[in-house]
Amino acid sequence: MKRTTLTAIALAMVTGPAMADPDADALVVNGEIEMVTEASAPAHLEGALKTVYSGWRFRSDETQAVQMDDFDNPGMLGVEVALDAWTEVAGTEGESCASCHGSPEEMAGVSATYPKWDAAAGEVQTLTMQMNECRTERMGAEPYAYDKGDAINMTALLTSVSRGMPMSVAIDGPAAETWEMGKELYYTRFGQLELSCANCHEDNYGMMIRADHLSQGQINGFPTYRLKNTKLNGVHSRFKGCIRDTRAETFAPGSPELIALELYVASRSNGLSVEGPSVRN
Amino acid sequence: MATGVKPRVRVPKSASAGEAITIKTLISHQMESGQRKDKEGNIIPRSIINRFTVDFDGENVIDVALEPAISTNPYFEFEATVPASGSFVFTWYDDDGDIYTEEKAITVS
Repeated sequence: MKRTTLTAIALAMVTGPAMADPDADALVVNGEIEMVTEASAPAHLEGALKTVYSGWRFRSDETQAVQMDDFDNPGMLGVEVALDAWTEVAGTEGESCASCHGSPEEMAGVSATYPKWDAAAGEVQTLTMQMNECRTERMGAEPYAYDKGDAINMTALLTSVSRGMPMSVAIDGPAAETWEMGKELYYTRFGQLELSCANCHEDNYGMMIRADHLSQGQINGFPTYRLKNTKLNGVHSRFKGCIRDTRAETFAPGSPELIALELYVASRSNGLSVEGPSVRN
Repeated sequence: MATGVKPRVRVPKSASAGEAITIKTLISHQMESGQRKDKEGNIIPRSIINRFTVDFDGENVIDVALEPAISTNPYFEFEATVPASGSFVFTWYDDDGDIYTEEKAITVS
């Protein structure tokens, strides 16, 4: 009897921390892109978090494996669709993405810096907004609907060529005001459940929220292929889902609130690798 | 009519004689079951890949019958032993009569 108790305690000690913390797995995609899934928290998180972890570290081994090979990653199907759209002439000006930007590989590193301040527009712009500015201003084409299929696929193409590069979103200078607004939103309790982003993703990451292992809510892996809805999901749609789960009226994808929140949350991921399109449950 | 159909295949470039290699295939296809209805209540006609075959230098490796319950973008992973250098031919048969093929050569050293 005593022996059984001891074994039980030993087992609890072994499995206990594994339930509460990110696992220790290393993420290498296609056997060549080495991802940073754990980094010292950026300076602005002092007092809140010491270390930032990619959401990949909170997923099961099976889900993790799907992201480790592009052939297995269903998000890459979206990338392939966007690859065709990249060279396709759209709009009245006879231009495609490729006619200005060349090959998608030349855009390596671009997605890691978004959202960022756009001096000409006088506002912080997300990658989707920049993409749509290209489409309406230079191509004479219709803008992509925010966070819908075409926009998400193109975002996935742009993040896929930046994979392995560190997220490096600027929060100083003219972007500071929007960043402060995003931070305010992050710590504001919403909905009937009165939950802020921080209540789950800062105070309780690593814990189980019913059947789900709570991550830090980092967005370095977006767009994210989710097994639950079998499609690529955008950051704003995910925010909307989270806010809805607090039983609140949500902000719309593309709204100023979610743009500010995206800037703030992206800055919390600074130092982690760009992973999009990632695979989560 | 199936649109956006695109086969993808992964075969190692080389292997040793008699080695069991892993082959992965995926074809993007909506695999419409024929059971669903549109907004007006009309049945959406069935449109699936109904057969998938792999041959190695004329010899059949696998021959699969696919049914409507198989989900979007059917993925197959299987092992095959390769006796000598040659090429795999992958063939998908669509309900609408279209046939999609892909060929991959492998060198045995």
